[in-house]
Formats: sequence, structure tokens, C-alpha cells
Amino acid sequence: MATGVRVEGAGGVPIKVRRKLPPEVSILGVLIGIALIFEILGWIVVGQSFLANQQRLTIIILQVSVIGIIAVGVTQVIITGGIDLSSGSVVGFSAMVAASLAQNSDYARAVYPALTGLPIIFPILAGLAVGLLAGTINGLLIAYTGIPPFIATLGMMVTARGLAKWYTRGQPVALLQDRYAAIGSGIWPVVIFLSVAAIFYVALKYTRYGKFTYAIGANPQAARVSGINIGKHLIKVYAIAGLLAGLAGVVTSARVASGQPGMGVMYELDAIAAVVIGGTSLTGGVGRITGTVIGVVILGVVTSGFTFLRIDAYYQEIVKGMIIVAAVIVDQHRQRRRKKV
Amino acid sequence: MLSPSTMKAVRESGAIPKAPYLLEVEGVRKEFPGVVALDDVVFRLKRGTVHALMGENGAGKSTLMKIIAGIYTPDAGAFRLRGVDIRLKSPLDALENGIAMIHQELNLMSSMTVAENIWIRREPMTRFGFVDHRAMRRQTSELFARLNIDLDPEAELGTLSVANRQMVEIAKAVSYDSDVLIMDEPTSALTEREVDHLFKIIKALRADGKGIVYITHKMNELFEIADEVSIFRDGRYIGTHDSADVTRDDIIRMMVGREITQMFPKETVPIGDVVLSVRNLSLAGVFHDVSFDLRAGEILGVAGLVGSGRSNIAETLFGVTPATSGSIAIDGKPVTVDAPTTAMAHGMAFLTEDRKETGCFLILDVLENTQIAVLTRDYVKFGFVSQGRLTRDCTAMTQALRVKTPDLQETVLNLSGGNQQKVLIARWLLTKPRILILDEPTRGIDVGAKSEIHRLISKLAGEGVAVIMISSEMPEILGMSDRIMVVHEGRATGFLDRSEADPIKIMELASH
Repeated sequence: MATGVRVEGAGGVPIKVRRKLPPEVSILGVLIGIALIFEILGWIVVGQSFLANQQRLTIIILQVSVIGIIAVGVTQVIITGGIDLSSGSVVGFSAMVAASLAQNSDYARAVYPALTGLPIIFPILAGLAVGLLAGTINGLLIAYTGIPPFIATLGMMVTARGLAKWYTRGQPVALLQDRYAAIGSGIWPVVIFLSVAAIFYVALKYTRYGKFTYAIGANPQAARVSGINIGKHLIKVYAIAGLLAGLAGVVTSARVASGQPGMGVMYELDAIAAVVIGGTSLTGGVGRITGTVIGVVILGVVTSGFTFLRIDAYYQEIVKGMIIVAAVIVDQHRQRRRKKV
Repeated sequence: MLSPSTMKAVRESGAIPKAPYLLEVEGVRKEFPGVVALDDVVFRLKRGTVHALMGENGAGKSTLMKIIAGIYTPDAGAFRLRGVDIRLKSPLDALENGIAMIHQELNLMSSMTVAENIWIRREPMTRFGFVDHRAMRRQTSELFARLNIDLDPEAELGTLSVANRQMVEIAKAVSYDSDVLIMDEPTSALTEREVDHLFKIIKALRADGKGIVYITHKMNELFEIADEVSIFRDGRYIGTHDSADVTRDDIIRMMVGREITQMFPKETVPIGDVVLSVRNLSLAGVFHDVSFDLRAGEILGVAGLVGSGRSNIAETLFGVTPATSGSIAIDGKPVTVDAPTTAMAHGMAFLTEDRKETGCFLILDVLENTQIAVLTRDYVKFGFVSQGRLTRDCTAMTQALRVKTPDLQETVLNLSGGNQQKVLIARWLLTKPRILILDEPTRGIDVGAKSEIHRLISKLAGEGVAVIMISSEMPEILGMSDRIMVVHEGRATGFLDRSEADPIKIMELASH
């Protein structure tokens, strides 16, 4: 793994300066490997190239953008050693709330007849606020009641899904303004996903927020003794994860120009899978946004590849499940090796 | 020394008689990274005796006991059980060979019943492959009757007192037909009556021909229950005596009587004003009414046995476990310390006792470990870390402390204990503390790093930092402290000035 340059250390003892390969390299290798398998199978099975198709590659990224936005939030949660199961449901509820404020003014059966045709900043802010609120509640529960993140966010997962259905008694919210729908069309979801990824790449790497996030995941007791207010920090982390789920809800509802209570079902699991495939350790303290982005793309490539090969959609889930398990086995292996050093 | 195989050959040839001991270890050595925990240690346990192990903290008793119980494998040495050479592979292996350890932290499953705990893995079965609860209850009752224990086999373990749980552990050990029983400070959490009962059981076991290894810090117990006593010091075996032949003073002398070597005494520096004054500080149920003043440039050594409450006092001062009563004043002004954050705001820093559990971020690198504490207050603009300046200062600090690492990107896990400790000290020095609390600053690190850390502490005191230093090592306490506070059972039992302190006085205050 390490390439070495020998230099003279203090006192003439040669010490090794290592250039460590970033962990993303191995994940990128996995991505390329999977893509190549589809490429080869493509020529054998359907007689065409998988990769030499601009449109297909765009669609892959487009399809995973929403999962990607969530996965960025989930990455930082998992780095603290926690988990967020609520993001899919929060997508659903925020999509409903945002959509209900983005309906056309000429629509007679609007959710709020008095609030149709609003400037689109209002539905966007409402969607984000729903996410932020849900995430803050997760954070407060985890910081102050001492219940494990798994349980707190499981509760939020069920509750937010219930709220999404209750909001319109299960009815979809239709006929959204074109200007709102524009957020989810074309290349916009990809732009939003990559911007969010870039922002949190910087935040995790260069800000105090990022340093504390890693420290808490690496050793919460040591973090506390080092003067970090763990409760306060975790509230921020979960609130941001919620905010990003809210953003994903806005993008999802804009993309299909409607709000449906079932939006985002199972997204939390896809997001967690992408994060784990991307090399973030479930035990905390280790992980990067770049890995998550690659992990998200791997999920997209698998989905797209199966469609391309015209293989039954059912096999997709089976293979996806196995990839997740394989990723965690590799992660465990990496950790064990680190401990042996 | 003969290797085990040649010993065996020699014995088989009949050249030496079979060992009369139940358990015999010889020439045992055990090293941990950077420290030799045991060196050339001898221990012989006779049938039908209670054999006490005595020594200061870190003398090697626990390591020896863990070797006997199969938890550690020795690096060298002979191990003979009933005269047969043996190499234990695991605690289970030890148990199946008749060696049982009654743990200090009891290893029982609190949500299961007493009977289930005793027979776990060996549950009697019915014909149909189900657990035969009736047989299990009967076996438990028989066992308890034999040991004179009065407990309900069906009681949930978690509802029992510590003493009763210990009885269950003992019964479990006996149920394995163990003839070597290891007890690590079994009376530390018992009332006087419970201790009497325990001693009755121990005497019955002894009469039954079992060998009992008994670790204790309490002198009076030693004379009441032990037949023989072996003394250890600094990982070395000092000697074995019949407990009838030695006095309390003899034992203390053997425990502490070392030539003081590798000491780096504190330089004499001017002592300044009182910086920290603590009055009647208490943490309910843990320590009580601790009062002292600490001056700038002064090193206050805190001595006491592990479990005496000395580390708890440090944790409370730093706000890790806020006090339940009492007061803390800094520069004469009363302050409330309810979290590490507030302690740091008052200029305190705290090097914890357990480097791995509460100190290092093992999976993070040297830079991240060094910068974390100071980041709570400095080097941050609009949320962004001024990494260039911070890295420069961290580099300077780690170089000043001579941390041996290839670069700041090295994972702390890969550093030696001494270097990990230096990284932690660097972390705190970056916060420019005025009051430095050090809990076992040199535990488990090699002699070279130790002397550097001593010199550094001395230098910091010279710069006017007020230091509280908790240590189990007598030479460290005696060499470094201006004053020594001795803690015993949650109370400060005495203060000794540097000039009047000696090991015997400290041991007496620490063990009563």
C-alpha cells in the first residue's frame, strides 16, 4: 500500500516517509471493476457497450442524486458512530409539505387553496424546515435521553412516514408549478448532489465541526475529556442529516412534480449502503465524503447495469444485498489489520 | 534454565522427585510493549493452603494471576500443574484444568438465574435435548449445601448483593472441581459479616485440600487467613514466607524496599501563590471531604492504592464527574466545574489514567490527537480551522516533547506507549494550562520516556504551572512531589512534606 521514500531523519537515522494511498483508491477500483464486468457482459449478452453511452452515464448519476444527498448527511452521522434510519421517511414528509405549497394557482383541489402559486422559495424552505426539525428532534433524543441512535431514528422513521400519510390522508399532492418542478429536472439534481458533497467534504476536512465529528466517533470518552460538548455536537450532526433529507424531499417531489406519501421508502437503507460501501466505518471515526460519492455511484451502476443486461429487477436487490455485506466484511478486515500493526 | 521438555525428560528419568506442589511456576517472564511486567518470577502453591500475594500496584501480582488463570501466556518460564508441565491456552483451558479465578469485576450474567449462571455450557439435559431445570436446581442446591451457602438457585443474579454474587462465583469454581482458586481482593466490597462468612468458606475449601491464591492489600486479612505470603515488587519476586513468621513491618519493607533508581527528582523552584483550593470536596459514595491548596510551581503528589478514590478526585476536579458537595476556588474565586469544558476554561488540563480508554483517539493520526483540545477554544475562524498555524504549533510541540513518529500523519495506534503519552501531554500543553492534573503520567512506558516526562513535569512547575500528580509508583511520588497527599478509602488520610516523606509512612497511610 505504501510507497516509500527514504530520507535522513534526526540523528542520521533513516526514517521512512510514506505516501499513503487514500482509501478511496480501493473503492474506486471496485467501481471500475464492476463497470468493466458490465462492459464485458454487455458485449457478450446484448452485443453493445455499457460505458460508451453518454446518456446512460448521465442517467446513472441522475438516478442516484437523491440517495447521494441523503448519504452525505448519513456519512457524518455514521462517522460519529451513530446511524440515521429516518432519512427515507423524512424525504417522504418533506416532499409532501413542500409539494403542498408549490401547487398551481389554477388548481381547484389544492391542499391549501389560499396558498397556491407562491414563489417557489416558500415550498423549498418549508421542505428544508421539515427535515431540519426532524433531524433536530433525533439529535435532542440522542443527546439528552441517552437512547441509542438506532432507536431514536427508528422512531422518527415510523413517525415521519405516518405524518407523510396523515398530511393529506394518503392522497398525493399534484399539479405543481413548473418553476418548482424545474429544480428536479435536467441536470439540477446532480448539481445539487455534487454541491452538497463538496460543501461537506470541506466541512469534514477543514472545519472544527469536522474535527469534532471524527473525534467523537473515534473515542467519545476521550472527546469529552478533551472538552468537546458531545451532546451539543450530536444535535448539530443529526440536524444537518435531517436538513439534507429535507432537501432530498424537495428534489424528489420536484422531479416528479408531485408529492406522494410513499416517497423515499427504503432510501435510508440505500444511503447507509452507499456510505458503508464507500469505506465509512460503522464503528465510527473513519469515513470520507469522496468514498460515499463513489459508493453512491456503485449502487447506480449496479442498478443501471442490470437494466442494461435486461436481467430481472429481482436479481438487482439480491446482488445489492451481497455487495453491502461484502463491503462490511472488507471494512472489518481493514480494521483488524490496523489493530495488528 | 531447563526447557519444559527437558524438565519432563529429567523427571521421567527419575533423577528428581515429583514436585510436591499443586501449582508451580518458575522463571516466568512477561513483557508488554515497552515494559517488563514480570521478570524471573517464582510461585509455588501447596495443597490445602491459602497463599497471599502482596505488592504495590504494578508489582506484577495481577499479571502473574492472569498467567495462572490462562488469560496471558508467559513469554518464558515453566508452569507445572500437579507436577505436570502444561501450557494454558485460554481461561477456559485453565478452568478445565482445575484453575478458577474469582474475578474482581464479577463475570456473571445478571439477567439469568443463579443456577443458570453456574451451569452455563454444562446444563443438564433431558432426553429430548431440553435444559433439565429440575436437575439443575437440585445440583445447585447440593453444591450450596456442601459450601454452606444459603441462596435460592432460582433467584435472578442481578438482584443479589455483591457478596452473594461472589458466593455464586465461588460455587461455580468449585462445581468445575477446581483445586486452584484465585481470588483477587475478594473482600473489597464486602461488609464485616460477609467477610466472616467468606473466610469460613475459604477455610472449608482449604480443609478440602484446595489451593487458594489470595490477592489482597489488607494486612489484617493476611494474618487472619493466609498460610503463606509471597511478595512482589516491580515485576520481581522478592520472597515467600510463612505468614506466622513475618510481621506487618517486614512485609511493608519487602514491598517498598527498593534502591531508588532511575529517578529524576524535581528541581527546586520558587513556589507561588495558591492557585487552586479545594474544600470538603465529595462525590457521594466515592470520596469524602477532600481539602487541599495547590500553589503555582508546586507538585502535589497523590498516593494511594488503586480503588482508593484518587482517580475519582481528579475526575471530579476536571468536571468529568461533578462533585456532589464541597467547593473549588481558583485564584481565590469560587468556581463551578460541571464539565471538562468549564474546567478547561479555568485553565485546567487533565491527563487521564487510561491512555487507551479516555486519552487517545487510537484510529486518528498524531496531528488530530494533538490538536483536539485546543480546537475547542483557539485556531478557529468562522468555523474553519487555521490548519497551517495549528500544524506548525503541533509540530513544534511534538518535537519539543521528542515524540518519536515518522510524521504527524501516523496513526497513534502505531506509536509506543511512551510516545502516545507524549502526544497526550502535547495535546494539553497546547492549551497552556495553569493547573495540570496528571493521573499515572508514566504508567506502562519505558524508562527513557519516563525520565523525559519527569524532566518535563519539573520544567513546567518551574514555569509556574501547578501540578497534581497521581502515581502508584513510590519513587515517582517521592522524587517528584513537593507535598504528598495520601488517599485511602475515599479520604485524604494524610499530607507529607517532601522532607518527611518516606515509603513506609506512605504505605501506612495508604493501607491502615
